[in-house]
Amino acid sequence: MSHIGRSLRRIEDRPLLRGAGAFAADCNARDQLHMRVVRSPVAFGRILGIETAEACALDGVVAIWTIADVAELPPIDFRQMGLEALAAYRQFVLARDYVRYVGEPVAVVFAVDPYVAEDAADLVYCDIDEQAAQLDATAPPVAFKPDIYPGLLSEPAVLRRAYGDIDAAFAAAEKIVAVEVKVGRHTGVPLETRGALGVYDADKDVVTLYGVAKVPHYNRDAITRMLGLGPGRLQLSEGHVGGGFGIRGELYPEDVLVCAAALRLHRPVKWIEDRKEHLLAANHSRDQVYRLRAAVDKRGFILGLKAEFFTDQGAYVRTHGTTVTDLSAAMLPGPYVIPAYCVEGHIRLTNKTPAGTYRAPGRYESTFARERLIDKIASDLGLSPVEVRRANFIAAEAMPFDRGIQTLGTGVVYDSGKYGDLLERVLDRLDYDQLQQELAARRDRGEHVGLGVACFVEKSGLGPQDLVRIRVDGRGTIEIVTGVASVGQGVETVLAQICAETIDVPIERISVVHGQTDRIEIGFGAFASRVTVMAGSAVKIASEALRDRALATAAKLLQTTPDTLRLSNGTVEAIDGGASLPLGDVALHLEESGGLTGEGRFVAGHMTYPYGIHAAQVKVDPSTCGITIERYLVGYDVGRAINPMLIEGQIVGAAAQGIGGALLEEFVYDENGQPLAASFADYLMPTCHEVPEIEVLLREDAPSPLNPLGVKGAGEAGINAVGAALAAAIDAALQKPGVVTQLPITPARLHAILRGRRP
Amino acid sequence: MASKRDVNLTINGASHAVSIEPRRTLADVLRDDCGLTGTHLGCEHGVCGACTVLVDGRPVRSCLMFGVQAEGKTIRTVEGLADGDTLHPLQQAFWENHGLQCGFCTPGFLMLAAGALEENPEMSDNEIKDVLSSNLCRCTGYQNIVKAVRIAARELRARPRA
Repeated sequence: MSHIGRSLRRIEDRPLLRGAGAFAADCNARDQLHMRVVRSPVAFGRILGIETAEACALDGVVAIWTIADVAELPPIDFRQMGLEALAAYRQFVLARDYVRYVGEPVAVVFAVDPYVAEDAADLVYCDIDEQAAQLDATAPPVAFKPDIYPGLLSEPAVLRRAYGDIDAAFAAAEKIVAVEVKVGRHTGVPLETRGALGVYDADKDVVTLYGVAKVPHYNRDAITRMLGLGPGRLQLSEGHVGGGFGIRGELYPEDVLVCAAALRLHRPVKWIEDRKEHLLAANHSRDQVYRLRAAVDKRGFILGLKAEFFTDQGAYVRTHGTTVTDLSAAMLPGPYVIPAYCVEGHIRLTNKTPAGTYRAPGRYESTFARERLIDKIASDLGLSPVEVRRANFIAAEAMPFDRGIQTLGTGVVYDSGKYGDLLERVLDRLDYDQLQQELAARRDRGEHVGLGVACFVEKSGLGPQDLVRIRVDGRGTIEIVTGVASVGQGVETVLAQICAETIDVPIERISVVHGQTDRIEIGFGAFASRVTVMAGSAVKIASEALRDRALATAAKLLQTTPDTLRLSNGTVEAIDGGASLPLGDVALHLEESGGLTGEGRFVAGHMTYPYGIHAAQVKVDPSTCGITIERYLVGYDVGRAINPMLIEGQIVGAAAQGIGGALLEEFVYDENGQPLAASFADYLMPTCHEVPEIEVLLREDAPSPLNPLGVKGAGEAGINAVGAALAAAIDAALQKPGVVTQLPITPARLHAILRGRRP
Repeated sequence: MASKRDVNLTINGASHAVSIEPRRTLADVLRDDCGLTGTHLGCEHGVCGACTVLVDGRPVRSCLMFGVQAEGKTIRTVEGLADGDTLHPLQQAFWENHGLQCGFCTPGFLMLAAGALEENPEMSDNEIKDVLSSNLCRCTGYQNIVKAVRIAARELRARPRA
C-alpha cells in the first residue's frame, strides 16, 4: 500500500493526548537539586560585586555560583557561521565584568527545592554600576565592554556580497526606487519553556543531559569541549519537545551550568525556565532595518539592487554567528532575476537579549523588505503589483538558477521552480480580477478593505549529511534510528511513511528513535527545514538497502532468485504467487549475522529551494485601528508532499506565528533598556480569534532534483511572507501605497498612519 | 521553608494525601506531589492555559490556584480523560484532525474543551471558538484544534445521555 502522499494521522500522538509525554519538566531524578538563575536587573553596567551571603544562609541552599566559580569555562562558541572577528563577542555562562542585557545570568543558586532556590535567588544582590544602554542598532557603534576590551566596538562584522555590474544598472535606470523598512523584535516563544536535567552516573562516570532539543549531537560535543570532558562522558537524550522554532535547542548558558553542576555537586541538577526568564533570556530574533535602492526600467524590471541593512543582534553573538545576517543578504533577491546586486549587512550589538534564528530567519525580514520594494516600484511606475512581479520572476527554463552568491557556506543555486506558474494558480484561486473589483466596490461604499500579494523563495534541506539505521526484529517490528531531532513537527510519522512506502510494511510496526546521542554516532538535528529532506532521503536509502538484503536472504531460503520476489505488507512473497515469508522470519534467520538491517547516509552539498506566494485580504477599522484578516491564502510548492495534512499543519501554524510578528508581537524596551514585554500580558501572541482560516494551495510542480524523494522542506513557508502580504493588504485597504514601513503594525502604529492621512 | 499542611485531594476519582506548603500552586502539587505531569506549565501567570484542569467540573488555570485551596473539591486532569485504552472523543478528534503538533498545550485545550462542553453541550461553533481563545497554542495556528473540538462536540451530542 502506498504511504507517501497520504494524510495519515501521526504515530507520535497517543502519549501526547493522554498526558503521558516526557517534556523537560517531566523528567526527574532522585535527590535532584534545583537550579535558579539570578539575572541582571539592568541593561548595561560594570559588575562591582555580587553578594550571596544572605542567600547562602537560607535553609536548603547547597551552593551559589558566580563567574568566579566557573572562571575556567570558555564562552559559548559558534555552532555555525562563526568568524574570527566575532570571537570576542561570545557570551560566558555567567556575566563577566559587565552585564549587557536585562536577564543576563549573573549567578546560579542550587537548592533542594525549586521554591527555596527562587527565594534564595531573590536574596542575591548584584552591585552594578549602571551605564547608558545602546538600544538603536542603526546608531553609530559604541564600546562593547569599555576598559575591558579597549577599542572593541558594537559592530562585530559587516557582511558584503555582490554580483553583476551595479553601476551600469543604475546608469541605465529609467527610475530609482527606494524604501526604508523595519521589522520588529520578536521570536519563537514555544509554549514549553526551556529546561534541563543533568544526571551524573558515578559508576559509569557519565553525565546525561535531558531536556535537549534541535541539535543534540552538536551540543554534546560543544559541552564536552567546554567542560574538558573525555569522549563518551556526556550523553544527550531528547524527550518530547514543546516547540522549537529555531530558538530552542541552541546551546545556552543554563545547559552548560546544569552539566557542570551535576558533575561538581555529584547530584542530579534540574533547571526549568519560567516564562519571564524565557522572554528575557532565550534568543530573540528579527529586528532589522533595511535601506533598499532599486534601478528599474519602464516595466518595473529591476536592473540592479543596492541594499544596506542592520541586524540588531542584541548583547552578544550567540551560537548562530552571522547566520541571520548572512541569510538575509543571500535571500533578499528572492524569486526575481535582479542581474546586479550589492548588499552590506551590518551586525550590530545592543543592550537587549541576544538574538538568533527564528523560523525563516533572514527571510521573513528580507521578504518584507523586498516585497515592500516591489510594491513601491509598482506604485511609482503606475503598474499593477502583480505585473511587476511577473516581469521580474526567474523563468522556469532558467532552472537550476545560480544566484552567484553563497550562504551558510554553500552556493545559492535554486534547484527548481515555476514561479510564474504558481502566481497564476494563486490568482486563479483568488479569482483575482473579480476579487479586486469587489474590494474596490466595497471601498467605494466606505469600507477599508484591500488585498496584498507577496512572493518568496525558501531554502531547506541544509546538509552536510544525515545517517539512518533501520533494524527489523523477529516479530517483524521495525526501528528507525536517526540523529535528527523532533520539535513536534511530525518527524516520526514522516520518516515512518517513507520507510513504509519503500519496503511496504504496515506503518504501525515502525517506531522512530531520534535525538539520542548514545544510539547513533552522528546527527545534524532539526533546523533549516532539513529533516524530511536529509533524514527522509537517508531513510529511503536505508530502506532500500534493507529491502535488498531481505529479498536476497529470502531468495536463498525459498530457493529462488531475488528478482522473483517482492515485499508486500510486511511479507516477502513471490511475484507470481505461491511461497511467502514474513519479514520477521527473515530477520530471525539473519540474527547470527548481524540481523536484518539497512543503513542509509544522505549527503547534500546544496540546499533545495522551495517557493511560495502569500495573499492576504484585510479590513481596517479606522475607529478602533483594528485589523481583520478576511482571507489568507498560502500557495506553496513543496516538491513532493510526504504527508499533506502535516505540511498544511506546518504552513497554517507558521502563518499564525507570522501574523503574530506582523500585527501583535514585539519586544519593546524603555529608554534604559528595561524590557516592557516580559509576560504574556504584554508580549501578545495570537489566539484563535486573531488567526483566520488559512487556505493552503499545496503544489508539487517542481520536485527537487537534489534528493531521491524530490522533496523540499515545509517548515518555514507559512511564515515567510506574512509581514509582506499583510503590509501590502493594509496599504491597499487604506489606498495609500507604501504607507506600511514597519512591523508589527500595532493599533498605535496604524493610528499614527491614519492620523497622518487625516490630520 | 514554610510549614507544611496535610491535604487530601481527589484527583480523577482517586484520593491523594499530600503534605504541602500553603504557597504551592495546584499545578505544582499535581505535577510534583501527585506525579501527574500531564498538566503542563506554560506561563505560570494565567494567560496560556496549558495548565487547565477541571475543578468541580469547571476549567481552572491550576497555576493560579493554591493546592491547599483544592481540598474538598473534585479535580480532573488529562490523565483521567480516556476510559482505559479508549480515548475520549476530544482526544480522538484531536488525533484524527492533526489538532496537535508539539503537544505541550494539548492537555490544557482538552480539559478546557471538556469542561466547556460538559457545561454546555449545545455550544455553537462561534461559542466554541470563543472558549478556545482562552488558551494559547504556538504550533497549529488553531485551525485543527477548533475543527477537532467542533467534531467532538457533535460526537458527544450524538451519544445517549448517561
